Amino acid sequence: MLTMKSTTLKNKLIIAFTGLFLCFFLVIHLLGNLQLFLPEDQAREQFNWYSNALSGNILIKIISWVLYLSLIGHAVYALIITTKNNTANGKNYHYDKRNFSSAWNSRNMGILGTILLIFLIIHFKDFWYTYKFTNLPVDAAGHKDLYEVVVQSYSQLWYVILYEISFIALGFHLLHGFFSASRTLGLYHPKYVKAIKIFGWGYTLIITAGFMAIPLYIHFK
Amino acid sequence: MKLYLKIWRQLNTSSKGEMVDYEIDGVTEHMSFLEMLDLLNESLVQLHERVIEFDHDCREGICGQCGIMINGRAHGPLKHTTTCQLHMRSFKDGDTIYIEPFRATAFPVLRDLKIDRTAFDAIIASGGYIGASTGQAPEANSIPISYETVEASFDAAACIGCGACVATCKNSSAALFVGAKITHLALLPQGKIEASKRVLTMVNQMDMEGFGSCTNTEACEAECPQGISVLSIAKMNYEYNKALIFKK
Ligand code: HEM
Ligand code: SF4
Ligand code: FES
Repeated sequence: MLTMKSTTLKNKLIIAFTGLFLCFFLVIHLLGNLQLFLPEDQAREQFNWYSNALSGNILIKIISWVLYLSLIGHAVYALIITTKNNTANGKNYHYDKRNFSSAWNSRNMGILGTILLIFLIIHFKDFWYTYKFTNLPVDAAGHKDLYEVVVQSYSQLWYVILYEISFIALGFHLLHGFFSASRTLGLYHPKYVKAIKIFGWGYTLIITAGFMAIPLYIHFK
Repeated sequence: MKLYLKIWRQLNTSSKGEMVDYEIDGVTEHMSFLEMLDLLNESLVQLHERVIEFDHDCREGICGQCGIMINGRAHGPLKHTTTCQLHMRSFKDGDTIYIEPFRATAFPVLRDLKIDRTAFDAIIASGGYIGASTGQAPEANSIPISYETVEASFDAAACIGCGACVATCKNSSAALFVGAKITHLALLPQGKIEASKRVLTMVNQMDMEGFGSCTNTEACEAECPQGISVLSIAKMNYEYNKALIFKK
């Protein structure tokens, strides 16, 4: 009897779950990257060892496949809802002051996401692809020298700027995204509203500041 | 005071429509916004021109008929106020005021400032009620409900179905309207029984009517004349997710 054509909330659930998985992944990614703050020799040895260890681990392999799927799923469904929402919105107002009543990042998740997507393509090509599919020189321990790739990349100022801009976009995307996901999943009790806001801010600040610090540190050290 | 008005004129749903300029003098600050439009219409009648059509009924902020876009904001510049409760003291002599109908693909313009909100009725008809026939009003104390629950339910029930939430949402999402109804009924013992079926059918209908999906910008709560809480959207999502998992 019930013909279920409804998709909006289901699409949102997919965006929320994939988005939250990406949030979780960012924590792991940042923790790994903190090794880049070590003194140069130690950083090189340890970071290369770590990268090597990750690419051999079956658990990490599974997680990376979930990561690829999440990224693709997140972007595809984000595109679907954004297109649908534009259609639903129909004709424009001649005089529009609706922006008054919401935060700009919450209205521009699609644009922030597109910046992230462009960043991710560059990021995957320069690190992921280079590491996996090209012959890199090896360090003293015989591990591929990814650390050198990092240092070389961030020695270019424009590259650092590109990263910093992308991380700012990430910050604004996370700030709305984390909170929005909590609502999509149905956390409705007033008791948790504040806690989620505070946690979202804390999470966003730590992740964004952490990622922003790395290129700057390497460029200017 | 004297005002310069730019008003959307459209003959019917299929015609194109345009903004038309009007000047009006003799507006006092005690007039409501709708009375100002009445005054303008009187002058149009005298000129044998077609009057500007707009919806209204109670003019006391409870029926939800009067929503229009005033200077780019749903129901005008004041928070939590319907158009009929907006008074001209919120404007000053010489102001230019843009007046447009609420816009959304699901709300076609009927004429001028009047829109077709049948989509809301269809959503309510799909499940926004209790299935049991209730007969006479029963003894109120026979079903114990806590004070807090009654209040929370009543807060959600205060929605007047004006459509400002849709009009102000960049996604034209009806989530606040539907969330309010879902919350209102899901909190009460009588409504709980059909809660899963209700949320599934109403959300389904909401999608079929062509409303967009909520991205939690919270613009709706800021413009809602009844101050319906965005948490009712989260409550709807909660009920929906629960229904997806446990539905038989
Ligand atoms: C590191 C990468 C990313 C993370 C951690 C992330 C995280 C999130 C989260 C948690 C949400 C909230 C889901 C919800 O509202 O229920 C979200 C929403 C969204 N994301 Fe992302 N995202 C990322 C990348 C992207 C990319 C690459 C795009 C676009 C191509 C994108 C576009 C969107 C859009 C349009 C929304 C919907 C806005 C909303 O519902 O409020 N995101 N994201
Ligand atoms: S939720 Fe508020 S803005 Fe939306 S229809 Fe109800 S009263 Fe109007
Ligand atoms: S005319 Fe009834 S709410 Fe404004």
